[in-house]
Amino acid sequence: MTLLQVEDLAVHFGGVKAVDGVSFNVEAGEVFSIIGPNGAGKSTIFNLISRFYKPTRGTIRFDGQDITAMQAHQIGQLGIARTFQNIELFDHSTVLDNLLMGRHTHRSTNWVQDMMYLPKVRRSERGHRRQVEEVIEFLELEAYRDKLIAGLPYGVRKVVEIGRALAMGPKMILLDEPASGLSVEESQEVAFWVEDMRRDMGLTVLMVEHDMSLVNQVSDRVLAVANGEALAMGTPAEVQANPQVKAAYLGTEVD
Amino acid sequence: MKVIFKTSYDNDIDLHEDWWARGKLIALVAVMAVLPFVVGEYYLAEATNTLIWSLAGMGLMLLVGHTGQASLGHAAFMAIGAYTDAALMNIGVPWMVAFPLAALAAGLFGALVAIPAVRMSGIYLAIATLALFVIVEEMIIIMEPITGGVGGIFAPSITIAGVDFDRYTSLNNFYWLCLGVVVLVTWLYANLLRSPTGRSFLAVRDSEVSARALGINVTRTRSLAFGLSCAMTGLAGALMGHYISFFNYELFSVFISINLLLVVTIGGLGFIQGAFFGAILITAVPQLISILRDGLNSTTGIDLGSVPGLDTLIFSCILIGFIIYEPAGLYGRWLKMRAWVQLFPLARRDMFRRQKTYIKTERMR
Ligand SMILES: Nc1ncnc2c1ncn2[C@@H]1O[C@H](COP(=O)(O)OP(=O)(O)OP(=O)(O)O)[C@@H](O)[C@H]1O
Ligand SMILES: [Mg+2]
Repeated sequence: MTLLQVEDLAVHFGGVKAVDGVSFNVEAGEVFSIIGPNGAGKSTIFNLISRFYKPTRGTIRFDGQDITAMQAHQIGQLGIARTFQNIELFDHSTVLDNLLMGRHTHRSTNWVQDMMYLPKVRRSERGHRRQVEEVIEFLELEAYRDKLIAGLPYGVRKVVEIGRALAMGPKMILLDEPASGLSVEESQEVAFWVEDMRRDMGLTVLMVEHDMSLVNQVSDRVLAVANGEALAMGTPAEVQANPQVKAAYLGTEVD
Repeated sequence: MKVIFKTSYDNDIDLHEDWWARGKLIALVAVMAVLPFVVGEYYLAEATNTLIWSLAGMGLMLLVGHTGQASLGHAAFMAIGAYTDAALMNIGVPWMVAFPLAALAAGLFGALVAIPAVRMSGIYLAIATLALFVIVEEMIIIMEPITGGVGGIFAPSITIAGVDFDRYTSLNNFYWLCLGVVVLVTWLYANLLRSPTGRSFLAVRDSEVSARALGINVTRTRSLAFGLSCAMTGLAGALMGHYISFFNYELFSVFISINLLLVVTIGGLGFIQGAFFGAILITAVPQLISILRDGLNSTTGIDLGSVPGLDTLIFSCILIGFIIYEPAGLYGRWLKMRAWVQLFPLARRDMFRRQKTYIKTERMR
């Protein structure tokens, strides 16, 4: 089944054609990676799916529904979670609170009930905590539970951000360079997690990544983009063998 | 140092980590409750004033400290609270009804103005709220039949079930009433912060982009925070009206807004306790300065009272000193001293130095 359907997607910022007519389908349960040189438009594709940017043209469909005209906060409610390339955590809150913020779409109480802290609120808080604890266990974040984000090392923050996305209990997760800035061991861990997300949690993973060994290890299919346009799509090996892709990375033109 | 051994998720959900912390708070409220039997009328009136300022401070704290929005117009919401309460009571509505309605009026007004203001932040929002303040001030003058215009309005004395709560004839009762309101609002506020709603406020404050990605409707959240903040401030305004008894629009000058901002920043942004510390500072320090000045006069004969503006100068210097040397505010300083005592002799100099936060760029990632 096709979960995400991107058709002729484009966004122009003045004269900059950040994304210019990209189409691809992501199947449910698939790990789909987007690769490409710096400034290719990969993060912009994510921002278009998250509805942070309004597409100049094209449509995005998720789970059979046209989401092109939706608002950013509705995307999360549909079951699309994401991480950010430069880490966007709530720095003055603890790891636990950051993960609990990921449960927002599942809240069952309103602000009046919250203010009075009715028994219902406590019950639902326990439920959220249980879900979050599963994420903590999965990502082995136990030691950091009560630590403030502001004091954590870079690698841990990256993991917390993945955790916050997982706490949403999404259908699809968008990972923007989950391994950038991580050590070889840490990237390896990310690879295992991505595989577990797909196998055990039944998640669909859409990933932007420069680390080709990680891409090769986990991806079912790869899309290569450069200058806002799609160059090639296929298995990791096929895409890397593509002469246009090689040229894009080396910065030379192919006829 | 104490280590809490957590045995249930409820340990993290409860307002207090253990009975010791809970007991301390109960003791504090108990001390506050017996205050009328301990201090004289003058100081009790001052304490009442401090309570009212704490309430208004909590209102602004919710907005500035917990949602990251600025407001230079909170005096306007105090005014709306005070006038709604007084005007309703003047047409015979009992206080028990007029008081919540005052909060509702200020809150609804705040939530409504927040919707167009939601795209603004920082200095632009501050200016917009300042403009709003001017509009409200003008409206008070124009709506003379209700507000008494320039002449002013009388806030009738409060009676609940036959018991008199007048600020002059039974100050003790009025003090207890204010204390009760403050305790109730503090409890509601603390509940909010440990709930999903409070978390969404913090999320909007710390990263709007993330908040949206997590499914938080930023516009709605900000306007809810604005409304709740204004409602609390409106309650404080209503009590302030009764405290002053007869007032006109000048009571809620722009200096009230500025003082409220000082309360939250000097008290400690992002902590409910900060509103109380700040309110104590803003109401007690001018008193303290004048007591010291009088003391100096009677012991040494040096009369500083004849130097105009000296009190204000000293007060301002204290405030500036705080902003420069203790950005975490009074409550932050208190936390540091407490940690120093608990860890003694292991405390290190730089323990509280802000950890480096990773540089963020303006562009959306
Ligand atoms: N809001 C914006 N306004 C103007 N230009 C933008 C905006 N967002 C992205 N761009 C431009 O679009 C292009 C693609 O940027 P994008 O961040 O998508 O690249 P990327 O493929 O994620 O690169 P990297 O690997 O460095 O993360 C760049 O030239 C960038 O400057
Ligand atoms: Mg990028």
